[in-house]
Amino acid sequence: MVIEQKIRDYILENYLFTDDQSVLNNNDSFLDKGIIDSTGILEVIYFIEEEFAIRVNDEDMIPENLDSINNIVTFIEQKQRVA
Amino acid sequence: MCGIAGIFNLTGKKPITRTDLVKMTDQLSHRGPDGKGYYCDSYVGFGHARLSIIDLDTGKQPIHNEDKSVWVVFNGEIFNYIELRKMLKKKGHIFYTSTDTEVLVHLYEEYGTKFVKYLNGQFAFALWDRKNIKLLLVRDRVGIVPLFYTIKNNQLIFASEIKAILPIINKTPILNTQALDQILTFWSPLSPDTIFKDIYEVSPGNIIEVQNDRYKIESYWEWSFPENNTYDSRPFEEQIEELHHILIDATKIRLRSDVPVGAYLSGGLDSSVLVALIHNYGGVPLRTFSIGFDDESLDESLYQKLMIQHVKTDHSHVKCHSKSIADNFIRTIWNTETPVVRTGPVPMGLLSKLVHEQGYKVVLTGEGSDEILGGYDLFKETKIRQFWAKNPDSSLRPILLKRLYPYLDLTQSQTISYLKKFFGDALDNSELLYFSHIPRWKTTARCKEFFSEDVNNNLSIDSIDRMLQVIPDSMKNWHYFNRAQYLEAKSLMAGYLLSSQGDRMLMSNSIEGRFPFLDHRLIEFSSKIHPNNKMKVLNEKYLLKQAMKKYVPNSIIDRSKQPYRAPDISGFFFDKNIDYVEHLLSEQTIRKYNYFDPKKVNMLYKKIRNGRAIGYKDNMSLVSILSTQIWHYLFVENYTENFLSQNKQENILSVI
Repeated sequence: MVIEQKIRDYILENYLFTDDQSVLNNNDSFLDKGIIDSTGILEVIYFIEEEFAIRVNDEDMIPENLDSINNIVTFIEQKQRVA
Repeated sequence: MCGIAGIFNLTGKKPITRTDLVKMTDQLSHRGPDGKGYYCDSYVGFGHARLSIIDLDTGKQPIHNEDKSVWVVFNGEIFNYIELRKMLKKKGHIFYTSTDTEVLVHLYEEYGTKFVKYLNGQFAFALWDRKNIKLLLVRDRVGIVPLFYTIKNNQLIFASEIKAILPIINKTPILNTQALDQILTFWSPLSPDTIFKDIYEVSPGNIIEVQNDRYKIESYWEWSFPENNTYDSRPFEEQIEELHHILIDATKIRLRSDVPVGAYLSGGLDSSVLVALIHNYGGVPLRTFSIGFDDESLDESLYQKLMIQHVKTDHSHVKCHSKSIADNFIRTIWNTETPVVRTGPVPMGLLSKLVHEQGYKVVLTGEGSDEILGGYDLFKETKIRQFWAKNPDSSLRPILLKRLYPYLDLTQSQTISYLKKFFGDALDNSELLYFSHIPRWKTTARCKEFFSEDVNNNLSIDSIDRMLQVIPDSMKNWHYFNRAQYLEAKSLMAGYLLSSQGDRMLMSNSIEGRFPFLDHRLIEFSSKIHPNNKMKVLNEKYLLKQAMKKYVPNSIIDRSKQPYRAPDISGFFFDKNIDYVEHLLSEQTIRKYNYFDPKKVNMLYKKIRNGRAIGYKDNMSLVSILSTQIWHYLFVENYTENFLSQNKQENILSVI
């Protein structure tokens, strides 16, 4: 499964509690749309660290890296390239 | 305190059966285990369940005036009854008891409906003026003591708790979806609504006057703040002196009682202040009670011990284990009679049980201080957001957000850019009357994503729009800090802290709580103090700390504020599944009750089971959904068994 789909399924299942793909666009901001609160983001970090075998450092924890599906995908790809 | 109940005929004389009054009053036995009393004529019937605290021998209610033309059933305390009694005696009134209750009937004779403003206390009562065929329902200024009512078959039916109204309305209750939406925004319904459709509360500070079939609702007291910066301009030292004086008196008059009075001791500033004042000025032996938690991040035992040593109090402590939450949650919802978004009430029920077991009936407690004297982190948050809103591009101003919620690991591990994104909501609209509450209301409202289609279709107005309809016009001329205080006092404090987490948990174990910080003299004094004296930069309750620092150890004055919290998700999920949780959250039951979306709830349940749920949203959603399901189970699905059947007491909390 491509990164994007994995992230998408995870967000739908764990934050929107649905499998309806149409409720979320890849550019939707999780915070603006109230999908993930500031505490929930830590759960997302656990998930991507586990699933994609990358490490999210403190300085990586910024909305530019984590606040939409596209942001996360770009972030993971960057991380994987560096590794 | 006590329990009151009654029926009033709106269309003239009609027999009121004593059996109905007995049925109602029986449901309030926990509020008043020391005796029952009734009054009945062809217009009105009163029932009273008594918890004897003042005048143990002759204080039986209902109580009447000299010629028995004015009657009252009363729940609460009038703390200035000694002074009022003296004044009324001088005016020629003759007393037949030494109760605080009796001052009500004479005071009413003297001043008519204006009499309420003379009262310093916490109360809910019904007063029957036979000559004028007029009934009054009155509730204290801030909502310490509850009073509910409904109208059915041309009768006004009222009681201290809704469970006393249910046995005689003979109709299965319906959930008020608008109220549920409000709970999942403000933590409580907007007064006078309740979660029961067509059942209302008498709003705090209100009198309902009923004559024949006409009734009018009047506010005799309301929270109010200076408009356009017209604050108390005296030197700070004088303000400190006045607070000192009021607080000592507010505490002393709350020790008036014919039974011994204890105090809750949380380890925070407010309860420590009260305990210290009783120690220094009370003239009564100190007896204190506290609660602790397994989870160290919630536990404040260390600070409790500090204070116990400081004043050498005789102290009892009870520990709330995670499992205590699940074990006591059904009973808790039976007592709150409303869904809750947090499990906070449960430990408060364990604490009042401890007090009861130790043979005490009355405790002083520190509620209200944070709202009135500026203690909450929400006020700090508002101050920072306002400061930041003046220069939204500043990179330094949002760094202050790091100083919020120091007790939450999660907030501490957030980067500034995340905090900015979260708290930066509506920064360009800092003039909004509810600017202070946007982050909290938005966070709580996320639970609404679980609503079923039917609930969503039933909602006619957005809860925040509804709030805007009921807040006073003058608010737009108040300081933003005062607006935040007002919203906090009206929604969360009255509707949740003083009721679900306050009166209901206290009275479920026949314990009366008394709240010196909610003395209206203190509220009125504090309202006029400039916000900068309440919170100096980001130092909360600055005025209170200055006034009380000589009584309390520095380590308690200087500690960062830790709000009271209890285990939420971790209170229900262990190695072994809990049967009632499984049953009430199953797809089948969720579908049957039809308040939430079964598929979504199932996915939340799975997520929690997999140990993946840690955020606020999941915690609040779980508690809200589960408590709503329990509410339905107790008050709707089992309405007949619990309220109409003969041997109901046995069935009420049977395991599902």
